[in-house]
Amino acid sequence: MIAYLVRRILMLVPVFLAVSVVIFSILHFIPGDPIDNLLKIGSSPEARAEMEVRYGLDRPLPVQYGIWLSNVLRGDLGTAIVARRPVADLIAQALPHSLALGGLALLFSTVAGVGLGVIAALNRDRWPDRAIMGGVLLGSTMPSFWLGLILMLVFSVWLGWLPVSGARSWTALVLPVLTIGLGGTALVARITRVSMIEASGRDFVTLLHAKGLSPLRIQLGHVLRHALIPVVTILALRIGWILGGAVTVEVVFARPGLGTLLIKSLSQHDYPVVQACLLMLAMAVMLGTLLGDILQAVMDPRVRAALA
Amino acid sequence: MMAWPAPLRALGHPMGGLAGGWLLLVAAAAVLAPFLTPYAYDVQDLPQAYQPASAAHWLGTDEFGRDLLTRLIYGARTSLSVSAAAIAVSVLCGMVLGAAAAWFGGWPDRAVTVAVDLTWSFPEILIALILVAIIGPGTTGVMVAIAVAYLAQFTRLTRAQIMTLKGETFVEAARCLGAGTGHILFRHLLPNALAPVLVSAMLATGDAIILEATLGFFGLGAQPPVPSWGGMMSAGSALVFKAPWVIIFPGLAVAITVVAINLYGDALIAELDIRQKLRRTA
Repeated sequence: MIAYLVRRILMLVPVFLAVSVVIFSILHFIPGDPIDNLLKIGSSPEARAEMEVRYGLDRPLPVQYGIWLSNVLRGDLGTAIVARRPVADLIAQALPHSLALGGLALLFSTVAGVGLGVIAALNRDRWPDRAIMGGVLLGSTMPSFWLGLILMLVFSVWLGWLPVSGARSWTALVLPVLTIGLGGTALVARITRVSMIEASGRDFVTLLHAKGLSPLRIQLGHVLRHALIPVVTILALRIGWILGGAVTVEVVFARPGLGTLLIKSLSQHDYPVVQACLLMLAMAVMLGTLLGDILQAVMDPRVRAALA
Repeated sequence: MMAWPAPLRALGHPMGGLAGGWLLLVAAAAVLAPFLTPYAYDVQDLPQAYQPASAAHWLGTDEFGRDLLTRLIYGARTSLSVSAAAIAVSVLCGMVLGAAAAWFGGWPDRAVTVAVDLTWSFPEILIALILVAIIGPGTTGVMVAIAVAYLAQFTRLTRAQIMTLKGETFVEAARCLGAGTGHILFRHLLPNALAPVLVSAMLATGDAIILEATLGFFGLGAQPPVPSWGGMMSAGSALVFKAPWVIIFPGLAVAITVVAINLYGDALIAELDIRQKLRRTA
């Protein structure tokens, strides 16, 4: 198990390097020069050259990459060109907002999704199942920004229960969490239902029935435990998808998280900030995948045995 | 029974028929747009701004007094054609890459697998946002962005299909009969892999419509005054107070169309009997 963990973590190193090369190089294809945003109109070429030297933009790209990577590994994400502050500060300000939003949305999706999925599986092909699966289909086909705007319309404008946007109080977190969480709930409910139904057909379930256990105990005590393994794996793999949703939802609700920071820096051509945001999001996806593999090994005795 | 092709048989399912009907309706409206509405999508009529639904404007008017239903119908043109074209490009490239990787193995396979895994380290919306930033906003940028964002999915699916088919007896038989690589690949392997890839392409078109709408919402899609479903909602929270219908209807159009694509796709999967194939490689 320990050997597996170490091997699995070491496998992240090449992926991280590849991701960092992609992030670094891709941004240099984006047209538009951040220096243009800083210089006064009509500045001399000398002033421009001096600015380029100051931000290291005059060196060859591989050198820039090397400097950037070694700085990143030491926790120095550079200086934001437009905001003129350390990028690490901007990230440190934005990250807690995004983590709170993503974490709560993940929690909501898991609890609501597993609950609905179990109800649907226990009532397979009867009306509760049909109703839940219909809702699930709707939930997974609504653009998240639209769902956010509609929730805003209903709960803030019509009912006046919750603030429209911002991050001044915890109540402002409710609608964004619901917006992302409902999409995730649909996904979790669907996987839970399918894997519960699949697990119900296994031999060990027939044996339990033959031993005379009550059907509900079999379903909740044995089938669900079995069915949760794929749910956990897929959920961990989908962390990036939840973060992707968070980017749009943060913009809709004007929350000061990574997504809002990313979109703003992208339009300002503020390379260092965009790089840092992308790096954070990509790292979250990588850690999610890692977490999924580890949890699977912890939960599934067959996987554990294969690794031992 | 067998005489009808599967896409038509899928219409016989209760939900498949309903969904297929909606898709045909939207497609027809998009094609026939100029004949369906007396209004132009781009002529501003400021005194008529922010009108709720009425006999003259069935779905109301937007912030420039333009008829919302007209813009919705013209928006279908943009949103559907951009999404469908992007997925078509993505499927073609994905099939070539996936088939090449599976067939040749060795370093081409490793290169493709690494590239696919790398793409999957980023959520689709991020890939699309970055690409649009590189290419520039507009329908071309969005199309390329969506095509690249879904490329990994089709490459992986095709690769997995060809991998399983490669070992089948009929391929060995064809080779023993003297068939060349091209013949086996194009006449035997790809046709067998086609059904699952095309169905997943159809389902992905639904996701692409949502992605296109999201990019449009950020103001990166079709540029004004050309309407797209996402672009129509780009005023965002500002309009939720003043004229919520401007936000509600384009979003409903997206949601209903994507639901319809999913329901029709489900009927098609049932008709073609390929659920197992899709799940194994999902």
